Amino acid sequence: MIVEAGHFALALALALSLLQAGVPFWGARTGDPTLMRVADGTALGQFFFVGLAFAALAYAHLTSDFSVVNVEENSHSAMPAIYKFSGVWGNHEGSMLLWSTILAAFGALVATTGGALPLRLRADALAVQGLIGAAFLAFILATSDPFARLSPAPFEGRDLNPILQDPGLAIHPPMLYIGYVGFSIVFSFAAAALIEGRIDAAWARFVRPYTLVAWSFLTLGIAMGSYWAYYTLGWGGFWFWDPVENASLMPWLAGTAFLHSVAVMEKRDALKVWTIFLAVLAFSFSLLGTFLVRSGVLTSVHAFANDPKRGLVILGILGAFVAGSLALFAWRAPLLRQGGLFAPISREGALVVNNLFLTTSCATVLIGTLYPLALEQFTGQKISVGAPFFNATCGVLLLATGFLTPFGYSLAWKRGDLLGVAQRLAFALACGVATLVAILAATRGGPVLAPIAAAIAVFVMLGAVSEVAARGFRGRAKVGVALHRLAGLPLSFWGGTLAHFGVGMLMLGLAATGFGSEVIATMKQGQTLTVGPYEITYDGSRTQPGPNYQEVVADLRVTQDGARVTTLSPARRNFGARKMSTTQAGIATLWLGQLYLSINDLAPDGTLPVRLYWKPLVTLIWLGAVAMALGGALSLTDRRLRIGAPVRARSSREAAPA
Amino acid sequence: MTRKQFRLAFIGGALAVGGLAVGLMLFAFRGSVALFMSPSDIVQQSPAPGARLRIGGLVVNGSSAKTAQSLTFAVTDGTHEVGVVCAGECFAAVPDLFREGQGVVAEGVYDSSHKLMADSLLAKHDERYMPREVVDALKKQGRWQEGQAAK
Repeated sequence: MIVEAGHFALALALALSLLQAGVPFWGARTGDPTLMRVADGTALGQFFFVGLAFAALAYAHLTSDFSVVNVEENSHSAMPAIYKFSGVWGNHEGSMLLWSTILAAFGALVATTGGALPLRLRADALAVQGLIGAAFLAFILATSDPFARLSPAPFEGRDLNPILQDPGLAIHPPMLYIGYVGFSIVFSFAAAALIEGRIDAAWARFVRPYTLVAWSFLTLGIAMGSYWAYYTLGWGGFWFWDPVENASLMPWLAGTAFLHSVAVMEKRDALKVWTIFLAVLAFSFSLLGTFLVRSGVLTSVHAFANDPKRGLVILGILGAFVAGSLALFAWRAPLLRQGGLFAPISREGALVVNNLFLTTSCATVLIGTLYPLALEQFTGQKISVGAPFFNATCGVLLLATGFLTPFGYSLAWKRGDLLGVAQRLAFALACGVATLVAILAATRGGPVLAPIAAAIAVFVMLGAVSEVAARGFRGRAKVGVALHRLAGLPLSFWGGTLAHFGVGMLMLGLAATGFGSEVIATMKQGQTLTVGPYEITYDGSRTQPGPNYQEVVADLRVTQDGARVTTLSPARRNFGARKMSTTQAGIATLWLGQLYLSINDLAPDGTLPVRLYWKPLVTLIWLGAVAMALGGALSLTDRRLRIGAPVRARSSREAAPA
Repeated sequence: MTRKQFRLAFIGGALAVGGLAVGLMLFAFRGSVALFMSPSDIVQQSPAPGARLRIGGLVVNGSSAKTAQSLTFAVTDGTHEVGVVCAGECFAAVPDLFREGQGVVAEGVYDSSHKLMADSLLAKHDERYMPREVVDALKKQGRWQEGQAAK
């Protein structure tokens, strides 16, 4: 009964989303405020009913109602409750429902927090948001019904794919989707601005909070997915340039570019057309990602068994929205009043350079991902483009972007002084060069890019610190004055600084992967191996039952110069229902590095096949991403960015730039 | 600075960065792109040793042998077989889902002993899913029944 109610709620949500797309739009054209206000109610209603449908599906999963096909195919009564719940989106239908739920949630967010927005802009934006919602709800109802029943109902489900039975599934997709789908709001506002043919600094102020939410979650979602792959796939890799990963990286790159260009628009009323274009681009990449993941056109670790018809429908939705918005852009963008000008050497100029690099690296990822598909379509020849391609293109471009970051961040708005900036950054630059020289002197061979990346990482991190110091100690101020000044700096400055520092941390973590060590061996009981600065001794293994699996756990002692450090307990889990095994790596975080140990099934003679890695500074990769997301959150709490809050909380000269 | 100069500077900058990207891509395409072939394609076309290939098919039953340092097995599309050696980087990353009789995609360098020195393996992700390359390779040989494994 509850399941049917969920199905019905989904249909109601579709009806409401159609209303949301039509009525406010008509109201905005005829200037009728009553019709325009319909947007708020329908947006809230759509969210309520989609949320209800989602809750109904979650209920079916939690109560193991195997008469629902979706539950039968992806759940098992013996599964722990958390996996029963996260199993809701561990399949195609459920994940599309989660997508639509988050989409509706963002619409509802605008309806509730957008009181200060001009009525017409809000009505148009929510209408576009309603149109996106309608397309995806119709898609779910027509091709991917999560509520389909099965008769007779089986006694037991086929179990969730063991790889997905991990806390990662509870966190990674929702975060990623909040990021992906969050850009829909930005897209809707851009489309609304184009429809009205008017855009100004206030628009930038309106969309910036939503952008920050989406961007921060996307950053966390990607990082979380990468850490999940790292600990679950059993060989310590954390980024594979898999098409689906690329699909999440592309909106991130476009979104990061947008976040920077919208700052220019807010502060200087410039780069309007370009900013709108990036807004369209960021969400188009989100849709492209959805298409790539959900259509099964690519061979990827993320692919689910899939029906090609669904791919065609998503391709249709993708094509309609991308072509529609680009046509709107071509038609209406010339109407937008030209923005202000600025000198090339200035914060604005630097942000343009940032944008060029980010969009170009995004383009290389796009080409690397889609070229094989296009080639196969047109010539029938099948190729695959692997990690070396992306490292040599996108990787190099992003390194260059990183190198330019501190310069841009230290330049003043309007007209900058490159020489002054260079002096300010001299210390950071010197430390970077020293890092490079030290690494080159200490190591031989190894990846070419690693020492360069490490040097740039040090430069980026110290560059962020230098900027803080420069703000505080301007004019050789005393420590007390400097601290007082720093305390007065706006939160968005601290947010930006933290995010840029995070970029440096991330790069340092990536660079350090070039200097780890690994051992692949078969260990006898009592045998000791050395990896990096540690010795590892195999003490023995034991078998123990889990809720819906059997596992073999190996115990290995870690010592350093005879002193005990920790114990690693990697495991192999065998899932009966699907006859599949997964590996639980044993990971010990030691300072910022990690000792990573994964095992295979015990050999008949009782020896243990192991893969051992020492990964120095590897945690910085994810800590850096967390720092970036926290920086985004910090900017979000800045009073000056809040709509409706007094425009200027402080008027001291130091507080002005951000 | 006039609007025209501004636009010129912008376009110039875009062209410079774009040019850099194109240069990098052309450079990178040379060494890192693998051609997909089925076992039958390989037997019929005998690619030059040193070519970078991606092979898809089923792991031949009874063909896989594992030592402490490597995994060897044969891939078939039902008509021909090709041997694959998976050592080093590849051996460190053998997927949990690798099994005899199941679909696999192996990527690596084809050597003069007519074997593929794989550097990565991709195995299926759930039991209803089979890599598209494998499906196509099997279809070509008429060994694929619709609805057999992939739904």
